[in-house]
Amino acid sequence: MAPMKLYGATVSWNVTRCVVALEEAGAEYQIVPIDFATAEHKSPDHLARNPFGQVPAFQDGDLHLWESRAICKYVARKHKPDLLREGNLKESAMMEVCLEVEANQYTAALNPILYQCLVSPMFGGTTDQKVVEENLEKLKKVLEVYEARLAKHKYLAGDFLSLADLNHVSVTLCLLATPHASVFDAYPHVKAWWDGLMARPSVQKVAALMKPSA
Amino acid sequence: MAPLKLYGMPLSPNVVRVATVLNEKGLDFEIIPVDLTTGAHKQPDFLALNPFGQIPALVDGDEVLYESRAINRYIATKYASSGAALLPATPSAKLEVWLEVESHHFYPNASPLVFQLVFRPLFGGSPDPVVVDKHAHELAKVLDVYEAHLAQNKYLAGDQFTLADANHASYLLYLTKTPKAGLVNDRPHVKAWWEDIAARPAFQKTAAALPLPPPPSA
Repeated sequence: MAPMKLYGATVSWNVTRCVVALEEAGAEYQIVPIDFATAEHKSPDHLARNPFGQVPAFQDGDLHLWESRAICKYVARKHKPDLLREGNLKESAMMEVCLEVEANQYTAALNPILYQCLVSPMFGGTTDQKVVEENLEKLKKVLEVYEARLAKHKYLAGDFLSLADLNHVSVTLCLLATPHASVFDAYPHVKAWWDGLMARPSVQKVAALMKPSA
Repeated sequence: MAPLKLYGMPLSPNVVRVATVLNEKGLDFEIIPVDLTTGAHKQPDFLALNPFGQIPALVDGDEVLYESRAINRYIATKYASSGAALLPATPSAKLEVWLEVESHHFYPNASPLVFQLVFRPLFGGSPDPVVVDKHAHELAKVLDVYEAHLAQNKYLAGDQFTLADANHASYLLYLTKTPKAGLVNDRPHVKAWWEDIAARPAFQKTAAALPLPPPPSA
């Protein structure tokens, strides 16, 4: 059976969100680079994969998907459904809440920070500290809620690892590459949760993939 | 069965997102007001339901949930055999894609537009033209993608009305009441899709329940 294909560059935390899921699920996959410098993401070939001209895009046989979290869910369902707990209404309901929180609260605050600290400089732009500070404050409010939750449960959705935890990994790895990684220090349970995730072979593999080449 | 409790302001589009699905399922529910103008959403009572201090929250017996899209998925799953089937029996990857598209392409533009054009005036302010223009421009590009997709598909996930379509209804309703209604109405397939959703008896019930002020007299 042909390996699944994930289109995009590993510098993108939306692409590597999917790599984490693929690694955890033990799926056979290959990463097919998409070159933004030559506007490959706006080429007809790529628009056929993702009509918004973004990465990631994904292919498994005849199935073409886009939106990183939809891809992650598909991969989890196919190869490691335990990450979704779909047979258990209570557990899957909490997991779905945590998936939404990752997107709408956690990553919503992190995205502007990562953009200012990592992306803007890459294109010769400056870092807008005001934007960074505002979003760090938002992130801290989210981390306060996470701290309270993780004081009671080992993982976000309960005492089981779920896709909700994994979907946080790629953006958090990027946070480590900014001057603001220490924001976790004030939240010991969040830190412990993160250290636990970092120890997973899948996460180690993605961390290595995301390192810029020498 | 005790009615489900939906916490929030009845006009809030994210609250209406959930009311839409509750009505599609034919479920009994009551809206418990959480008055954002008095900061009720930041009080300990409400934070006990949603620690992020946002509406809506849903209480169904012992179950307390927040994030409107997670709430909707829960309702569609738990009450699968009530009312309209919003999730297919076999999970659909295409459905997951369009649920995400609503959240990450449609909503980030529809939400500020509706806030500026509907809610600011309701609270005595006026729309910020820069914000309106920016998001109208972006939403136009997004809806071009929808137009092409809906030319090939009756509904977002295929032949059947699903949660992906239902999750758009509240913002489509508000958007089509603003001067930017053309974003929907100028795109024939998007327009037809919206009109189909609007004609659903359950959605008519949802829309009728909105305590909207009457339109200004001519």
